[in-house]
Amino acid sequence: MDPGLIGQYILNGLMLGVIYAMVAVGFTLFFGVLDVIKFSHGDVVMVGAFVALAALFGLQAVGVTSPSILLLLATAAAALAMAVLGALIARFLVLPLRQAPPLNTLLITLMLGLALREAIRLFYPNGSNPKPFPRLLPTDSYTFGAFSLRLDSLLLLVTGLLAIVIIHVVINRTRLGLAIRAVAQDPETARVMGVNFERIVMITFGLGSALAALAGVTNGLYYNEINFGMGLLLGVIGFSAAVVGGLGNIYGAILGGFLFAALQTVGAVWFSVPAYKDVFAFAAVIVLMAWKPTGLIAEKSAERV
Amino acid sequence: MSESAKSMLLIVFGVATCAVAGLLFLEVEAQWKVTALALGIVAAMLVMQKTGMRARIEEASARHRTFALSLAVAAVLAVAGALRESHFALLMLATVALYATACLGLTIQFGYAGIANFAGAAFFGIGCYSAAILTTRTPLPHLLVIFAGGVAAALIGSVLILPILRTRGHYAALITIAFGILFKTFLEVNDTLGGPQGLKVPGLKILGWSFNDPVRLAEGVEASFYLNYVVLAVLLAASAYVVVKRLERSWIGLNFDAVRLDETAAAVSGIDIARWKILAFVFGNFLAGMAGAVYAMMSGFIAPNNFTFGDSLILVSIVILGGLGNPLGVILAALLLLVLPEKLQVIQEYRFLLYALLVILILLFRPEGLLPRRLREYFPRRVRE
Repeated sequence: MDPGLIGQYILNGLMLGVIYAMVAVGFTLFFGVLDVIKFSHGDVVMVGAFVALAALFGLQAVGVTSPSILLLLATAAAALAMAVLGALIARFLVLPLRQAPPLNTLLITLMLGLALREAIRLFYPNGSNPKPFPRLLPTDSYTFGAFSLRLDSLLLLVTGLLAIVIIHVVINRTRLGLAIRAVAQDPETARVMGVNFERIVMITFGLGSALAALAGVTNGLYYNEINFGMGLLLGVIGFSAAVVGGLGNIYGAILGGFLFAALQTVGAVWFSVPAYKDVFAFAAVIVLMAWKPTGLIAEKSAERV
Repeated sequence: MSESAKSMLLIVFGVATCAVAGLLFLEVEAQWKVTALALGIVAAMLVMQKTGMRARIEEASARHRTFALSLAVAAVLAVAGALRESHFALLMLATVALYATACLGLTIQFGYAGIANFAGAAFFGIGCYSAAILTTRTPLPHLLVIFAGGVAAALIGSVLILPILRTRGHYAALITIAFGILFKTFLEVNDTLGGPQGLKVPGLKILGWSFNDPVRLAEGVEASFYLNYVVLAVLLAASAYVVVKRLERSWIGLNFDAVRLDETAAAVSGIDIARWKILAFVFGNFLAGMAGAVYAMMSGFIAPNNFTFGDSLILVSIVILGGLGNPLGVILAALLLLVLPEKLQVIQEYRFLLYALLVILILLFRPEGLLPRRLREYFPRRVRE
């Protein structure tokens, strides 16, 4: 195969991978602090993209024209709105179900995801149709044979990686991160040490959801289109990535995100019908789970009997 | 009045109330009436629970199982007879019975053995597609096709046994979620299975009795052909109910409970966890597949869009809302969750939103479901005569 083409596939795979990794990091953060799966996460990504789009139109209406300022402000608005939404979800849907069986939490957030999808479809103006997402990044491209590197892809890739690195630094190098890790390790002891448990949970959910908003904007900028149903598959893929990597571990989520994108890319190249790529990727996920039942980077926990 | 006559009266009362409520529910058209009735049914269930009425009726039915079950089947058939001219009401009734059968399968997996299956619609779909293929391409008798649908679902599901045995909790949930999505995507891109357009399925024929012909009950009394399917679906659901109930009461059910409640303790007590999980998983899928095969032949047309992740979620919601592990609750929840959206035409646009909010509210305020499963009776009381 032409090396330029291979390079192109790799670049596309990396782009997908960084989006998936951003979603997966959210799943893994939530699982870390509360041992729950918040399945509405994919739909939070979608709502984030829609909030950013609405903010863009709003800003254009007040007369902001510079694409970079537009994009920065809209992304900030989306991240802020989703952080609040995430904290609210934690406060009113996830925390009250702490004593219930874990699958109830899974179900309640699945249903919230459905509610968010439907709310956008019904209440966003003309929400049932796909929306074009404006191209705000410079689209200069450098071509080397069959390989073309577009500046906007590169920027998105770098921003995504940077965001993940920032989350990583927050978790591992700050007081807040220390509290989050303490809660993740042992909620009871963390409380005894004076950590405000509920607040940390809400902040963590806010943090992960802000990252989801960024993933939504990235997704919109990359495909130049968003629609109300895009969150479901993104959520399932993010969840798969987090689980395959090993729940509760940020490195696992990143690894899982890129791995899933690699599987999809390989699937698309391998089969003559590219649509088989998802069948291939999910089948590979099932096989991986049979091989490594707690993910590639396993949770470090002994079972208490 | 003797004890036995008293409990029989209680059963008659219980079944009759349910039948009247069900008949009204299927028949009413006015939107406010539908809403009022749905709320009324839920309220009545809660009141019966609180006053101990439900416990008494259940106890009575436990004493006279055959009587209670045959009365219930007769009541459903009577309701179907009363609605005989309405295609739509009968179709709904048969659909509810088939979904209830599939959900009874999920109850064995989820409620008893503790394996959450988020691919219920996929196994239902395997039954549908095998029915479509077997009826159009082989001369297999249709009664066997229904059975084959169940076997196909059980066999294909067996692929997941190894990963499911090795994983737990959320990791196990991912396996079935991935399988459900894989299945639907596969159907969409596979041209021999009709692709996104789906497949046509001929109507059911058993020993020359064509299910798609209108029924003549008596001279001048005609009924919709769906009445055939209602009879079959109700019989299927009733048999599934009997099997699930017997399974629950038996030592197999006891083993399932042990595996679900504490795997470690169960293993230490010498229970073979793998064996019971495999049994529950395979048998549950078998039930879902059989229900799917009948559903395919009844609706005459199947497409990948009938078997999405969302449909699997509806099945799981039915199982949880009914009261995890209570077969009776499953049937009631199937009736509510499947018929309500169809009935509330005014809110057609908003129905999924309201539906999601309803489930969220129930999970927040009544997580044990509408009719929670009762504690197992280890020492069954003998009938005092």
